[in-house]
Amino acid sequence: MDLALLEALNAERAARRACVLVTAMDDGRQRLVTAAQAAADPLAGPIAEALRSGRSGMLTLGNERVFLTAHVPAPRLVVTGAVHISQALAPMATMAGFDVTLIDPRTAFATAERFPGVALHALWPDEVLPRIGLDPFTAFAALTHDPKIDDPGLAAAIEAGCFYIGALGSRRTHATRLERLAARGVPEAGLARIRAPIGLDIGAVSPAEIAVAVLAEIVATLRQRPAAREKAA
Amino acid sequence: MFAREDDVLEAAARWRREGRGVALATVVETWGSAPRPVGSHLAIDEEGAFLGSVSGGCVEGAVVAEAAEVIAGGGPRLLEFGVADETAWQVGLSCGGRIAVFVEKVA
Repeated sequence: MDLALLEALNAERAARRACVLVTAMDDGRQRLVTAAQAAADPLAGPIAEALRSGRSGMLTLGNERVFLTAHVPAPRLVVTGAVHISQALAPMATMAGFDVTLIDPRTAFATAERFPGVALHALWPDEVLPRIGLDPFTAFAALTHDPKIDDPGLAAAIEAGCFYIGALGSRRTHATRLERLAARGVPEAGLARIRAPIGLDIGAVSPAEIAVAVLAEIVATLRQRPAAREKAA
Repeated sequence: MFAREDDVLEAAARWRREGRGVALATVVETWGSAPRPVGSHLAIDEEGAFLGSVSGGCVEGAVVAEAAEVIAGGGPRLLEFGVADETAWQVGLSCGGRIAVFVEKVA
């Protein structure tokens, strides 16, 4: 591999942008395909699948074998609401391999004492989100019950194409939330992406049980193929 | 030492920038139970120092030896390790799987 190619690959990864390295097994020649270039590539189909799944793999094209190395950013969970559910969700998600970020402008809630070892921002989502940059490898969960905090976060998550978007609240709460977000100009297709009531339906009662349901729904969205997801739904 | 893939590729680039001879090994195929998934990396320098893993310790020694030849000027090569191989008992996978590892020079 050329050092220049390796440096380009590392730059894409540092910027949390997905890319695929294509290597011919016979002579080692290589090219780097960024997510933006994927659709125009001769191997567009397999590359799109590698980008979506994050899985590397061998391709056989006639007599030739090429290896696709998928590089996708580590999954991240961004939560609005330094609430009781988040106190269980943050350590669980960290154990499951997510980088967790918590946002809550209410300084009484967002304390390091309540959330040891978690990236915590006691600021409004509008201030924090542009800085941390939501992306398709981020899951977003709105857990405050407060529209002033949750709504801007949900709108930003839809805009950024987060792979999972969930919001706490009953069906009735969610119906009024959808009206508010529509009034903000969030398109219909984006609104349909919000999972609400949040979490898999496992009859969760306690905050920790709700955290299990939320994390399970996030993992299912990340790992299952779309067809399997529809079957499970 | 367990290193994130990020660290391995960053280290490979850094070592090369420092003027060291460097090779990169990548798990490209696995059959049966294999300790590290496809896409796992091992970076090796000309002194035999390495970072990352392709098998969790079973075949790293053999990969490092091959990497020295790749760094010295050989082309890229595809190595296979597994229990079907005679040499497997020396440098095999205790879990009974097979893996293919692609080794290339960082030039």
